[in-house]
Amino acid sequence: MLNIKCPHCGMRSQNEFSYGGDATIKRPELNKEVSDQDWDNFVYNRKSLRGKHKELWQHISGCRQWIKVERDTATHEIFKTVKAHEDI
Amino acid sequence: MQKYSIFNLIKNAFSGHQKWDLAWKDATPKKKYDVVIIGGGGHGLATAYYLAKEHNITNVAIIEKGWLGGGNMGRNTTIIRSNYMHDDNALFSEFGMDLWRKMSQDLNYNVMFSPRGIINLAHSDAQMNVFARRGNSMRLNGIDAVLLNREEVKEIIPMADFSDNVRFPIFGGLMQPSAGTARHDAVAWGYARQADSMGVDIIQNCEVTGFDVVGGKIQGVRTSRGDIKVKKIGLCVAGSTNILAEKLNMTIPVETHLLQACVTEPVKPVLDSVVTFGAGHFYISQSDKGEMVMGGDLDGYNSYAQRGNLPTLQHVLTEGIAMMPFLSKLKMLRTWGGIMDMSMDGSPIIDKTHIEGLYLNCGWCYGGFKATPASGWTFAHTIAQDRVHKLNEGYSLSRFNTGHLLDEKGLGTKTWIS
Ligand SMILES: Cc1cc2nc3c(=O)[nH]c(=O)nc-3n(C[C@H](O)[C@H](O)[C@H](O)COP(=O)(O)OP(=O)(O)OC[C@H]3O[C@@H](n4cnc5c(N)ncnc54)[C@H](O)[C@@H]3O)c2cc1C
Ligand SMILES: [Zn+2]
Repeated sequence: MLNIKCPHCGMRSQNEFSYGGDATIKRPELNKEVSDQDWDNFVYNRKSLRGKHKELWQHISGCRQWIKVERDTATHEIFKTVKAHEDI
Repeated sequence: MQKYSIFNLIKNAFSGHQKWDLAWKDATPKKKYDVVIIGGGGHGLATAYYLAKEHNITNVAIIEKGWLGGGNMGRNTTIIRSNYMHDDNALFSEFGMDLWRKMSQDLNYNVMFSPRGIINLAHSDAQMNVFARRGNSMRLNGIDAVLLNREEVKEIIPMADFSDNVRFPIFGGLMQPSAGTARHDAVAWGYARQADSMGVDIIQNCEVTGFDVVGGKIQGVRTSRGDIKVKKIGLCVAGSTNILAEKLNMTIPVETHLLQACVTEPVKPVLDSVVTFGAGHFYISQSDKGEMVMGGDLDGYNSYAQRGNLPTLQHVLTEGIAMMPFLSKLKMLRTWGGIMDMSMDGSPIIDKTHIEGLYLNCGWCYGGFKATPASGWTFAHTIAQDRVHKLNEGYSLSRFNTGHLLDEKGLGTKTWIS
């Protein structure tokens, strides 16, 4: 069982959260020309790192806020959690 | 190679079974090969076998960081099927079904292929309509499919919950009678033994740590047991694909996630087909030893842990008990997990890459065991001929760029949901 510290609510069990994937993926700016490659990288291509991974979670059965979590994908150790708009 | 037969069994009984040949030798890496296959799982072993058998390419090494078949090949729940709607998936898988039916003879190794049938349960009229459509698509592609009503399902699996008062009543199901299971270890060993006998080097406890790429061409591979010169590499590392892709400066449409499975204590024969729950993700079969073999959802977040977490297991087994209440009386014997190469449309990739001499085989998601023979066969063709076969044309890497996705389930790019 993962315990995730929601920056709004404190330490909660993983059961209260849903997963949102890689937090470093940025949507290309749509008011500029977007290459096919940029679009692919946004929609499909993932590094899926072994080790430290920055990811999005939503505290769906709590405050319902999206948060960012830095977690080790091999050991599940959680290093840091921040609010969604903050840098991690 | 010593043939496995009743006569040899009797002959060897006289020497107390001490004089059997080793099934394959423990090779040490040579300096140079024509082809190196990375990953000694089912796909790597099958690829090497078909390279030798179909294309006469035998100066081949399989490089495995652990032991042969210790990855997902030894961790899956052994379901074999071709009940797909899309042509590319259906024709590829049905080609594989044919290879499964011949496999024990072909490999001279009993892989215990058991075509016991698979039933996908439906729990609403809408789901029955979807299954009717999929069943018809299957039949158009020459695959057996039978739409069962509630009574017909009840005859096959009377132990499921058919009471009136359930949250997800069973409306019927779609059955593929020719689907089934096989013994996964035997498949790995059978391919390994035959590949070895044709000259393939199986090198275990040897990790690939890097690549030599010069001018966009593969020149060699670096391993924990020295550098090897080679012009063609087949990457078959399933849940480690992202790690090796990074060493090649590639980002690929795949994420690595954890899938668990479990077995109960062995019980007397009760279930003689594979059954999947239609209102969630749970499936079950009974092994020849009598254990109930069960699995379902991914753990739900990127993972390389190779062991699972309890909440998912609890969730999956809750579905199982809803479907077959008697399961709650059984004791759990073992649980385990494997790391899965989850592609962004749920279908695999068997293709060339932008690097000359680098061939990619990954993205197997939940269904790579059944694909073992067809994947090996088509991947060997792709490597040997340096072009894809018609059967794996749809499994291109470029389909994500061109929009020709093979999204069998229509779930989109959240791999942890699909
Ligand atoms: C719990 C579970 C249940 C499943 N159930 C089913 C099922 O019922 N039906 C079905 O069809 N599929 C199922 N699958 C999926 C199936 O097992 C996989 O898709 C398939 O085994 C993947 O191909 P493989 O056998 O070649 O992979 P693997 O056996 O994982 O082979 C990859 C190998 O590459 C090696 N490797 C990795 N990195 C390196 C490196 N750097 N150097 C050298 N070697 C390396 C690994 O050690 C590993 O042995 C299941 C999977 C799991 C985990
Ligand atoms: Zn919260």
